[in-house]
Amino acid sequence: MKKTSASKPSKRSIANDEESAVEWDLRLYIAGRTPKCVAAFGNLQKLCREHMAGQYRIEVIDLLENTQLAKGDQILAIPTLVRKLPEPIKKIIGDLSNTERVLVGLDLRPRS
Amino acid sequence: MICGSAGCGKTQLAMEFITRGARDFHEPGVFVSFEETEDELKSNVKSLGFDLDDLIRRGLLAIDYVAVERSEIEETGEYDLEGLFVRLQHAIDSVGAKRIALDTIESLFSGLSNTAILRAELRRLFRWLKTKGVTTVITGERGDGTLTRQGIEEYVSDCVVTLDHRVTDQLSTRRLRIVKYRGSTHGTNEYPFLITDSGISVLPVTSLSLNHSVSNDRVPSGVPRLDTMLGGRGFYRGTSILLTGTAGTGKSSLAATFVDAACRRGEKCLYLAFEESQDQIIRNMRSIGIDLQPHVRRGLLRFHASRPTFYGLEMHLLTIHMLVQQHQPKIVIVDPVTDLASGGSVSDVHSMAMRLVDYLKGKGITTLMTTLTSGAGNLEQTEVNISSLIDTWLLLRDMEVGGERNRGLYILKSRGMAHSNQIREFRLTDRGIELLDVYLGPEGVLTGSARLSQEAKAHADESERRENAHRRQLEIEAERKSLAAQIAAIEAKMSLQGEELHELAAREARHAQMLEMDRAAMAQSRRADAVPTPGRSRAAAKKR
Repeated sequence: MKKTSASKPSKRSIANDEESAVEWDLRLYIAGRTPKCVAAFGNLQKLCREHMAGQYRIEVIDLLENTQLAKGDQILAIPTLVRKLPEPIKKIIGDLSNTERVLVGLDLRPRS
Repeated sequence: MICGSAGCGKTQLAMEFITRGARDFHEPGVFVSFEETEDELKSNVKSLGFDLDDLIRRGLLAIDYVAVERSEIEETGEYDLEGLFVRLQHAIDSVGAKRIALDTIESLFSGLSNTAILRAELRRLFRWLKTKGVTTVITGERGDGTLTRQGIEEYVSDCVVTLDHRVTDQLSTRRLRIVKYRGSTHGTNEYPFLITDSGISVLPVTSLSLNHSVSNDRVPSGVPRLDTMLGGRGFYRGTSILLTGTAGTGKSSLAATFVDAACRRGEKCLYLAFEESQDQIIRNMRSIGIDLQPHVRRGLLRFHASRPTFYGLEMHLLTIHMLVQQHQPKIVIVDPVTDLASGGSVSDVHSMAMRLVDYLKGKGITTLMTTLTSGAGNLEQTEVNISSLIDTWLLLRDMEVGGERNRGLYILKSRGMAHSNQIREFRLTDRGIELLDVYLGPEGVLTGSARLSQEAKAHADESERRENAHRRQLEIEAERKSLAAQIAAIEAKMSLQGEELHELAAREARHAQMLEMDRAAMAQSRRADAVPTPGRSRAAAKKR
């Protein structure tokens, strides 16, 4: 089951730089409805709404149903959030409860 | 669990476990690499003759490369390694794996910082793998004081094997030791092992015992007169023969003759050369009329030439074991065993030689070893003190007499046979090896030109003596002839005298008769009856 909970990304228009017209393409890998995974999904949704409203797409992949997909993104830990776009690929593991670290991991906040 | 420091062959061993299982035992396997990518692995093991692509196509192997890149990963809160479990599950299910290798799972510790979670998860992983019924090989980097850096051997402790790569005197030897193995009486020693083009090979060389069966068969040495010296029929099969000698006494030549004779009988030989290359030996032996090339072509003779310093003693021993197993020879030549001493201490060489001899004896292989003794040393003592291991010991030595060196051969010992105690002159001719009697004369043992000249001298002496005798004979005969002539002359004279005597007597008798007659006539004429005078009558009587 590929559950895509996506809000159609609206392009942020910055006239002189087409490249920076990014969409946040995020992928959350989970394995079944474990508390950690549920918590991670909740935390992610909340975070996206607050920090990249309208510009993101979240794809949730349940590895129990799509086992072969784990190899592609080199998933070890569960839950893992993969930032496909913007590049470079970033991985954030854990239940995303530490919002500050997630923001740093997604380059939304400069590393202190 | 396989642990060891870098470059000691952990990945190799794990990979062989999986690939051999898949190829030779039809047990599908999964190789999970945390360090090398799939392509790197494939190309690395291709050199060992494993075609991973083929195994993957046949559904016997699955490779998973798990990359852990710390810079890409941000940790936020609680997590577990369910992803890894899922991947392993997927890989195991896809081929129905019976074996799985995790190489090197500890690299997770460098990628993820929450070691508490990692440890718990690894423990769970190993338990989970156990319930799956798959045999798992885990490699681990050796740590300080512990078998692995992170101490994960605590969780996986059914069997622990350590690999070691030790360098002594600039020679490295790989060693393997089973630290623990539950439910088995395992060897506890360190065993050297080799990584060759056919993979890892390990032989428990120290576990040999002294109970090999013996053979009464004899093996001709290739030199008929040497066989004669050895109780008439050569060496015993399956014994060890040592050829000692100083430089240039013909040790290799004698060994080559032995090999040549064996190959002519159709027996397989293995020639371990530590000084000369194969081509060099073949060329040099042609000069004494021995051509080994045909035997090599027929596959009877196999050379293995390597420098003793190329690797450690254990490696040499292992190589020899492997070659013996591959080639199955009847005869093994080690030329020379002393050179191995340059790759280790004397005691090492001694123990190695002992194990080698034991091993080959146990296989019923006749071993001929040559050792080089330095001219200054005692010839009856080998440099590596292996004489006591040896059944037959031939000594080749230089004899320097009259400005030239000659080779002498004698048998120092030969267990279980009545052997000659004589020194023989040992000659290398263009038709092979010849043994000649030495000249034993009042001036001692003579060989070579001295022997020839002595023989010539003896010959001259003899002929002179013979001439003398002949002359003397002639003289005596001449004398005898002259004596005979004298005798004849005397005899002639004697018979002449005899005749004369006879005639004289006859004449006297006639004379007396005449006198008698005269007197009678006188008396008649005188008619006297006078008695004749006493003097006259006496004389007359005497004459009658």
